[in-house]
Amino acid sequence: MTAIALDTAQPSASQGPRRTRRRVLPGFGLTLGYTLFYLSLIVLIPLLALLFKTFAMSWPQFWEAVTAPRVLASYRLTFGASFIAACVNLVFGLLIAWVLVRYPFPGKKIVDALVDLPFALPTAVAGISLTALLAGNGWVGQYFEPLGIQLAFNPNGVVIALIFIGLPFVVRTVQPVLEDSEKELEEAATSLGATRWQIFRHVILPGIMPALLTGFAMAFARAIGEYGSVIFIAGNMPMVSEITPLIIIGKLEQYDVAGATAVAVVMLFFSFVMLLVINALQAWQRRHAGMPA
Amino acid sequence: MSGATSSRNVAPRARAGTTEAAWVRWLLTTIALAFLLLFLVLPLAAVFTEALRKGVDAYLAGLNEPDTWSAIKLTLLTALIAVPLNLVFGVAAAWCIAKYEFRGKAFLTTLIDLPFSISPVVAGLMYVLVFGANGWLGPWLDAHDIKIIFAVPGIVLATVFVTFPFIARELIPLMQAQGNDEEQAAVVLGASGWQTFQHVTLPNIKWGLLYGVILCNARAMGEFGAVSVVSGHIRGQTNTIPLHVEILYNEYQSVAAFAAASLLALLALVTLVIKTIAEWQNEQQRKAAAALPPERPVGS
Repeated sequence: MTAIALDTAQPSASQGPRRTRRRVLPGFGLTLGYTLFYLSLIVLIPLLALLFKTFAMSWPQFWEAVTAPRVLASYRLTFGASFIAACVNLVFGLLIAWVLVRYPFPGKKIVDALVDLPFALPTAVAGISLTALLAGNGWVGQYFEPLGIQLAFNPNGVVIALIFIGLPFVVRTVQPVLEDSEKELEEAATSLGATRWQIFRHVILPGIMPALLTGFAMAFARAIGEYGSVIFIAGNMPMVSEITPLIIIGKLEQYDVAGATAVAVVMLFFSFVMLLVINALQAWQRRHAGMPA
Repeated sequence: MSGATSSRNVAPRARAGTTEAAWVRWLLTTIALAFLLLFLVLPLAAVFTEALRKGVDAYLAGLNEPDTWSAIKLTLLTALIAVPLNLVFGVAAAWCIAKYEFRGKAFLTTLIDLPFSISPVVAGLMYVLVFGANGWLGPWLDAHDIKIIFAVPGIVLATVFVTFPFIARELIPLMQAQGNDEEQAAVVLGASGWQTFQHVTLPNIKWGLLYGVILCNARAMGEFGAVSVVSGHIRGQTNTIPLHVEILYNEYQSVAAFAAASLLALLALVTLVIKTIAEWQNEQQRKAAAALPPERPVGS
């Protein structure tokens, strides 16, 4: 009851035309209350536990834990491999979305459904399966072995696993925008004498840019935190192919909870940064989509 | 509707202006499909070939182990608890976010998304810091002989965390797009809040809801990182299927590992099929709804 009164008290003229009176519906207090309760219990309190644990450490202690050479090497690998994987996904995600939206081919429905496989396939399964494929005697690895290229048990494997994990993000963010894009603009550009490449570069690409970058950021953010698929294929050599989440696990196994927490806070910080970046990109995308009337 | 007619009228000219030469189309399609074949189809196929490498008997023998069975049971139990919890939360959160305006709504939505961007390993660690031996509640739990970390409750909690946003995220945009008109009409006509939800909202969102539930379930059954931190890897007791896969794999029991993995791969395939059906139904429902109201000017 009080919640409804509170809701009425708010002036309703602040936003766009979709704001209609929504005072009649019951359940605001109950649903918001439960949402906040459950959110606090599952997410916020454990999050606070992590932050408090960190504040219990002294600054030099914290700094030493998060800047040890082995930890620094793991940041380089985690962020570097995630960045490369997200770049590959940017290019191929755009290509796949383009082909799915624009070109007819047999079996398209199945291919479209299959794109979500990395969301549905448990990461550990992806990990052992990619390892089996890319190892020196695997289906794919055997063709690279004679060339002196090792795909598994080194940073290459990390990148490939992260490409797999992040594949659907760019496709799924770009696809709906491409579907909605108006062909009239392209027709106009053609009639003005533009080539296909010029049209793509100057008409289509600006329109899908926010979605493209959102997908890139999501793939990157997901890759940074990924654990399951990577540890099987990475080889996990300290300083070479050890990702940051594995450092946390390693410290936990040696009962170095404080050290694990310190590294976890660094990762958490980057998670927050990525979340803000993605939110900003999505806001940009909404403004962008609202623009051409 | 209008798009279809206008493009039919100007088809020959429009096609020349809005697509590429045949060889470009063919080339791009081939590259895209080759990439998908390499990165999606091959890994999926590899799971089943590795599992069946030594024949069906070895495959079944690999599956039919007491530890594998207990892993399957634990995985089912975990999903059976975690998914309904997040279902109730998802519906409640979507209701208050999609149906009302209030201060801090954008912030609340961001908080709900938070578990997506936190590394599963960090999530697991957070629960260790709350419930573990040296955690906030550790001494109290110890005194009352309650085990959470390295036991089933910890596994369930970690799973709830990583699957937290799935259903809410699916429902919020759907319920926002649907607006409030139908619910308001129901309430004005004297329906209670629960009746309104059950008879008006639920039929509108059921396919989206199903979609959210099966994605949530797939992740709940397949979660590795977070569960790995809190499980303690006690064979036959705190091993879910993904953790069991890891143990078998590290023991070089390749066939058994891939046999267990093939169960999860099948789960993924079923998930994709249901998801495709749900999306298709959702689309049909939206089309039917768009065709329905007579007061809307046609072809505008």
